[in-house]
Amino acid sequence: MVGLHKGEFQNSLVRWIDARLPVFTLMQKEYSAFPTPKNFNYFWNFGAIATVALLIMILTGIFLAMNYVPNSALAFESVQRIMRDVNYGWLIRYVHMNGASMFFIAVYIHIFRGIYYGSYKTPRELLWMLGVLILFLMMATAFMGYVLPWGQMSYWGATVITNLFSAFPLVGKAIVTWLWGGFSVDNPTLNRFFSLHYLLPFIIVAVVGLHVAALHVSGSNNPLGIDPKGPQDTVPFHPYYTIKDSVGLCVFLIVFAIFVFFAPNFFSNPDNSIPANPMMTPPEIVPEWYLLPYYAILRSVPNKLGGVLMMFGSIFILFFLPWLDTSPVRSAKFRPIFRQLVWLLVIDVLVLGEVGAHRPEGLWIIAGRVATAYYFLFFLVLLPIIGKLERPLPLPESISRPVLGPRSGGGGGPVAGGAPAKPMEKA
Amino acid sequence: MAEALSTSTVPHGETTKRDFLALVTGASALVGLGAIAWPLIDSMNPSKDVLALGSVEVNLAPIPEGQGITVMWRGKPVFVRHRTAKEIKEAEDVQLNQLIDPQPDSDRVKPGHAQWIVLIGICTHLGCVPLGNKPTDPRGNWGGWFCPCHGSQYDTSGRVRHGPAPANLAIPPYTFLDNTKIKIG
Repeated sequence: MVGLHKGEFQNSLVRWIDARLPVFTLMQKEYSAFPTPKNFNYFWNFGAIATVALLIMILTGIFLAMNYVPNSALAFESVQRIMRDVNYGWLIRYVHMNGASMFFIAVYIHIFRGIYYGSYKTPRELLWMLGVLILFLMMATAFMGYVLPWGQMSYWGATVITNLFSAFPLVGKAIVTWLWGGFSVDNPTLNRFFSLHYLLPFIIVAVVGLHVAALHVSGSNNPLGIDPKGPQDTVPFHPYYTIKDSVGLCVFLIVFAIFVFFAPNFFSNPDNSIPANPMMTPPEIVPEWYLLPYYAILRSVPNKLGGVLMMFGSIFILFFLPWLDTSPVRSAKFRPIFRQLVWLLVIDVLVLGEVGAHRPEGLWIIAGRVATAYYFLFFLVLLPIIGKLERPLPLPESISRPVLGPRSGGGGGPVAGGAPAKPMEKA
Repeated sequence: MAEALSTSTVPHGETTKRDFLALVTGASALVGLGAIAWPLIDSMNPSKDVLALGSVEVNLAPIPEGQGITVMWRGKPVFVRHRTAKEIKEAEDVQLNQLIDPQPDSDRVKPGHAQWIVLIGICTHLGCVPLGNKPTDPRGNWGGWFCPCHGSQYDTSGRVRHGPAPANLAIPPYTFLDNTKIKIG
């Protein structure tokens, strides 16, 4: 039916707009009244933190692009000019540089949260897959952004990563030439990387929009991994989680600021302060820290195509996580074996990161291979099997029960909308 | 639950500590946003390398009487003209009440260097470059400069004599290093 939307707003201008374009109703419903499980811990901050990090990256990036010159003869100099001559250029660039690392830290913790508490399980499979897509887009964006300053690491990183595609039989060489727009990484490559580096963040914003839309259909998971049984198990998003997210965000921004102001080059490689030289490869090529685990997997496989496939596979496999995990219990809290294996996976990925930072010699090769094997073993073998074999701990009756304790089950704490604090039988 | 907390013991309409905290938080957030916004906004102002290009030196010796040259200063044309005695006299003898933007010629040249007029060659109407610096250019009815865009005319002191331009041609900051050399900016 055609008709105006009926809202309940005091302000007449707000009501007038809302009747024609119910954005205020949307905000009210999705961000204010939105019922959210009341037992979130601080791991649930990282979605909001990652969103803010994305916005910081876009904002600083727009201002950097005003002074950056995407030309192989001028790019390096233009970055030096940003650092020395542009007002606050050093600040904007350091925020952008460290912001990439901070964004990845937030997203990796967010992903860990999702795995540990089983947030990928039904009905949140698509939500999870959109998240994996965001991770993939982030990696592509970060890689192309790293090429732009046109230092030695930029140049040789670009050369090595684009050459990954040469591993594919028959079409490999042609793909690489197409990616480069020439016969080596050169000005055409830099130009297209700049264009795509500017484009992809906005695509990420769009996918984040879908990610959040999907979240608001299924509702948030929670540390217990059980569904809210009624209003007594939830609180409105505002003010409870706007405040909790703000606290986490402040801590995050403090850490961010410490890096920007006291250790701005902590994450960066000194070789990138040398202008790109196509005639000489630096003694050690190392990607940014957030790509090291994948790099370690690449180098652990003694076969060119095999390494490339394993590396891409390590991310691709995450798309199938909702179906690889056969257990119906979400939270690792109630899965004693899964919990240990997940922590082992965390250690495994950290080991892979460390391996990726070292030259592949001696023990590092062995460590890399063992860690790579466990990574794939976890997802492809252990997850499907333990889902069947493991005996989960008894799940609590409802979110309110373990939070309020068995004694206050009759209604102790504050209750949403005056509803009884008793788990409802059906819902 | 929100209702459960806000409808506590405080009577309606009374100022509470919570109101104070909300105001302080909001004000701090605003100050913080301003502090974040300023570096971004300021980054669009002229950078140090642009400001560093702010001065040029000009050798006046090769400019014959009655002719002028155009030099670039901060991305803009600057007219340097060697005026003849007649032109100087015309500029000095004008009654100030005849001018659109009254200013004596003596305020527009350096003392003792009345033969040199240095002007920013941008019409004060809408920013075109007036003609007249080359002897072959039209110089308008007052022997100075003529703007091809909307017909503004300037006299030999660079003062506007015929609209639509509202003001005289601007004079850049400059000093005589010696008798035949100036530094603009």
